[in-house]
Amino acid sequence: MARKLPPKDVVIIGLGWTGSILGYELAKAGLDVVAIERGPWRDTATDFPPAYAQDELRYAVRLDLFLRPDQETLTFRNNMSQTALPIRNFVSFLPGNGVGGAGVHWNGQTWRFLPTDFRVRSHLEERYGKEALPSDMTIQDWPLAYDEIEPYYDRFEKLCGTSGKAGNIRGVKQPGGNPFEGWRSSEYPTPPLKQGLGATLFAEAARKTGHLPFPQPASNCSEAYTNPLGLKLGQCTYCGFCERFGCGNYSKASPQTCVLPALLRFPNFSAQTESEVTKINLDSTGKRATGVTYVDASGEEWEQPANIVLVCAYALFNVRLMLLSGIGKPYNGETGQGVVGRNYAYQTTSSVGVILKDKILNPFIATGAHGMIVDDFNGDNFDHAGLGFVGGGYMGMGQTNGRPITTRPVPSGTPKWGAQWKKATAETYNRAMGLSTHASSYSYKDCFLDLDPSYKDRLGRPLMRMTFDFHENELKMSAFLTERLAEIAKALDPVEMTPSPRKGPYTLNLYQTTHNTGGTVMGADPANSVLNRYCQSWDVHNVFVPGGASVFPQNHGYNPTDTVGALAYWTADAIKDRYLRNPGPLG
Amino acid sequence: MRRPLATAAFLVGSCSLTFAQDTQSFDRVERGRYLSVLGDCAACHTAPGGQPFGGGLALQTPFGKIVAPNITPDRETGIGNMTDQEFLAALHDGRGHDGTRLYPAMPYPAYTKMTDDDVLAMRAYFATVAPVRNRVISNQLPFPFNVRLSMAFWNVLNFTPGRYHPNPRKSAEWNRGAYIVEGAAHCGTCHTPKTLLGGDKNGQALAGATLQGWFAPNITTDSRKGIGGWSKDDLVQYLKTGANNWTLASGPMAEAVTHSTSQMTDEDISAIATYLKDSGEGGSAHKPEPVAVSDNAMRAGAAIYKDSCAACHRDTGAGEVHLFPRLASSALVQSDDPTTLVRVVLQGTRAVSTKDMPTAPAMPAFDWRLSDTQTAAVLTYIRNSWGNAAGTVSGGAVASERASLGRLP
Amino acid sequence: MAHITSPALSRRLLLTSATAFVLVGTAVARARTLAGGLPWEPGTATPPTPVRPGPWMFFTSDEAALIEAAVDRLIPADERGPGGKDAGCAVFIDRQLAGPYGRAAGLYMKPPFMPGAATQGYQMPDAPAARYRAGLKALVEYVKATFSGKSFSELVPADQDKVLAGLETGSITLKDVKGAEFLVLLLQNTQEGFFADPIYGGNRDMSGWKLVGFPGARYDYRDWVDRHNEVYPLPPVSIMGRAEWTVKE
Repeated sequence: MARKLPPKDVVIIGLGWTGSILGYELAKAGLDVVAIERGPWRDTATDFPPAYAQDELRYAVRLDLFLRPDQETLTFRNNMSQTALPIRNFVSFLPGNGVGGAGVHWNGQTWRFLPTDFRVRSHLEERYGKEALPSDMTIQDWPLAYDEIEPYYDRFEKLCGTSGKAGNIRGVKQPGGNPFEGWRSSEYPTPPLKQGLGATLFAEAARKTGHLPFPQPASNCSEAYTNPLGLKLGQCTYCGFCERFGCGNYSKASPQTCVLPALLRFPNFSAQTESEVTKINLDSTGKRATGVTYVDASGEEWEQPANIVLVCAYALFNVRLMLLSGIGKPYNGETGQGVVGRNYAYQTTSSVGVILKDKILNPFIATGAHGMIVDDFNGDNFDHAGLGFVGGGYMGMGQTNGRPITTRPVPSGTPKWGAQWKKATAETYNRAMGLSTHASSYSYKDCFLDLDPSYKDRLGRPLMRMTFDFHENELKMSAFLTERLAEIAKALDPVEMTPSPRKGPYTLNLYQTTHNTGGTVMGADPANSVLNRYCQSWDVHNVFVPGGASVFPQNHGYNPTDTVGALAYWTADAIKDRYLRNPGPLG
Repeated sequence: MRRPLATAAFLVGSCSLTFAQDTQSFDRVERGRYLSVLGDCAACHTAPGGQPFGGGLALQTPFGKIVAPNITPDRETGIGNMTDQEFLAALHDGRGHDGTRLYPAMPYPAYTKMTDDDVLAMRAYFATVAPVRNRVISNQLPFPFNVRLSMAFWNVLNFTPGRYHPNPRKSAEWNRGAYIVEGAAHCGTCHTPKTLLGGDKNGQALAGATLQGWFAPNITTDSRKGIGGWSKDDLVQYLKTGANNWTLASGPMAEAVTHSTSQMTDEDISAIATYLKDSGEGGSAHKPEPVAVSDNAMRAGAAIYKDSCAACHRDTGAGEVHLFPRLASSALVQSDDPTTLVRVVLQGTRAVSTKDMPTAPAMPAFDWRLSDTQTAAVLTYIRNSWGNAAGTVSGGAVASERASLGRLP
Repeated sequence: MAHITSPALSRRLLLTSATAFVLVGTAVARARTLAGGLPWEPGTATPPTPVRPGPWMFFTSDEAALIEAAVDRLIPADERGPGGKDAGCAVFIDRQLAGPYGRAAGLYMKPPFMPGAATQGYQMPDAPAARYRAGLKALVEYVKATFSGKSFSELVPADQDKVLAGLETGSITLKDVKGAEFLVLLLQNTQEGFFADPIYGGNRDMSGWKLVGFPGARYDYRDWVDRHNEVYPLPPVSIMGRAEWTVKE
């Protein structure tokens, strides 16, 4: 029997990026806020100091900071004809865990979506006709425009101290930046990172082949920076232990470096760690949440009453929580009815391996988000007529590491072990680099999330089931993008080049990205969304899902975090300026 | 008794000061509250997690345990029955309830400098604090230290009661700073070296003192060992925010910044800075030669520094302002007593979080990574690089400090 | 010389942890309730536990002999440096199998187990430790039967290579064990051991890192980003340091 705690104004489920941002904004507004995080407290000096943070085996291979599947996992199948089986070990995507969530061990790649992305269906239909979109493609316009969210992108980037070069300030193109990006209200808070030889060579090749490369926007600070909350970030040291690792010297933007020390100063904020929310509780009408139930580290059950419930867990688990709590109509893949779990999408990535002659690339000198990128083939930045697909992505040289357990390319055909392997490994390590494309993943009728009928978690609740495969649209797109990238790569005059476009079926066995989107889509119409434009549940007006990637109607050709952060601020404003004044559906 | 004229200038500026004995007057009570911040009474008299000023915090002294008493107005377990005169005697003369002698864990040797009016304002403030019923047995020292009469002897040696006498040759701001530093804020209690019996060493005010594993640094104007190299603004920033261009407050000073100095008025902080920048010894008579680069410990220290330290403190020892303390030309690094340096390397430390500087960056612990010899080598290296010059650190000193840290509660 | 301290000074010590957090549970518990400040304790680090030389913790001595021979073929010694055996790969694998990795700690191991599509990932209930026991047993039997009673370590290197290659391609079948999958696992762990930090028992003397020119557990390359096409000059360093950290007498 759950013991009831004194009520709070706000209960936040999960203390990652969105939980921290919402926690800060609402505590600052004077509300009584408690956050409930199922993982442990994590902090720089005790958990990832630059004395042992740089341990590839522990963090990159054994995944020490990540969610353990025995705490929560999903079942997976490519399509509805298969039986979903548990993801017993995370490989393809790696959900985070603990205070800070994936914000602790992300790469820092900080991208805005394009203005056309926000009205993707309308735009594509206008340009190419309705027939251009496959009938089972369920992309939809976002319920807000780029112009509306721009100030919030700006705010999140200033929170992080993102390093970069603007390409478009209030409509005026800026040399050296991304010529395709949406307009920005200001330059990036810190200048771009310095680039190593690999990225520099790529940029030269890209210019040679008629493209306009620019530095990747990076939340690895290029110089020391104090953010608007008064928090101080250090200068990135190009250590090459970024993704999957915590940052040892306060230079990667994370909830720890950007929000939490200021947040925890509020006397009206507290957090419970190692406590897992199992359910959002509803009143007898089912239209109002009364709070949450959670299980603490010793297995005790507690009820935390609150006036507002914010679902700030990782994208996938936001969806599961909504399903388990009975908020919104679950999506049925067979019938196409319902909304919760609908429009699950991922990311379509590919690579071109390149081996150069006589170069010393020092791949171990890297940051998570350095690199030179070309955005010519993202979104609808190029004419898709006759190509047979829609969507696109960025491409470039953003290799994040030279960590030798996993990053030691060899020429194709090299044996996997033995004397030749050893020789090739030694001779190639410093001359090879990986170029990549990072492209959209549009939504489809048969790509969705729902509750598994068989497998359960350690608390006896059904796991969530993921049904997903790449569609022909995405595979054609990947082939095209990879060819374009290969053309640039050729201008590097490589000794060897290995284009590897994404091929189906989607497999769990290969890491791709941890960009899982959709399931609690935000939209203008409750018939095809779970949340309205303020990330408020259509069904339960005091439940918000403030911006995790589960709100994306589809995934575009960029990493999600900038948009996630922006929407968190967007939702915070909606709650402070609208909801608190007049609690109810914001419409 | 006629108060010295200059005293009036020290009274914290509320517009209308009342000198009447009306303890309910808001101005007086507020002044008393502020003075309790200057004196950091909460540091001892509020137990962590306890009621404000309810006592109960045990102080582990080298002589045994003393527990800070309840100073809320509770009549049975607090000071509700104390008269004004008795309260004055406590802070000015080291006399507690019924005239028993206090131990100088209560820093009456410093508070004695405070004016009657200030002390009585504090009394007025404490009278408004919520009464807490909490009986505290203060004296838990073992024999013979539990014999309070021995304090009479100690007081003869080490204690001169008396109010602060302003220095007419110095500015009002300087005198205000002196009044606070020598009085309420009792900085010398930590920063002035002590004799065997725990009294202040003569003629070495604020020259640095070691206290159970921390070296409270020299805060005289000595340019090499003290704060001579700090600007007045450096001092102001440090006290107000816990961080300045040189370093960040951590350890016991972090607490003083949080509960006391960061809550002082800008005027008072400026006064303290004015006073400290004009106190004690000027230049250091003797600057030693730095240990040679070719020295074996320096070589090893250089390698360790490059691999373990430079990612934050930089190859140049410059650190990062407000994040990683500066090591080059740092007086703290060149302290005669390396106790704090050893401790910080072994156990790590965390900077204070203040409203202006909330980050509270932390230095990680290296005790698992560096042996005693390696710790000594890297400390010798930083103490003798980038223009620094100071004595070497021995592996033995590291070993004994490691052992004593292991024994702390 | 003992430090002389004043009784007045030590109160500060007790107050450095005064940000209110409540520890529920045992010892070095993570803070469960966070309020009023960030939790932090001095002297709390969670470095990896260094592997100490010593007797095998997982392998029997026969298994160890096989593994040592196998890793030495997977990564042979040559003029560039030691092979897998001298690099400590067998020790690495031994300690890994004896620990949480061997037990598949943290993985989802609830039934029912059933084979699925290749895209659905590994679906068998056997943790790496069990896979090694079974794989080595089957391999021993195969070698004994095929090479007149010899053990793997008694074969000449060329034959050892043949066996490993046969497993890899599937031309050799083992009893009740998927040979190709076992070889993939063994190879993966061998290469992990060769390139992981030496604190884990392999990559002895950082020989794996020296092979490719990886500087190890370094954390600051600010001065080198711009230095294109220059060899990075500093030797590799491990989490537990390098030779230059030792003060010469």
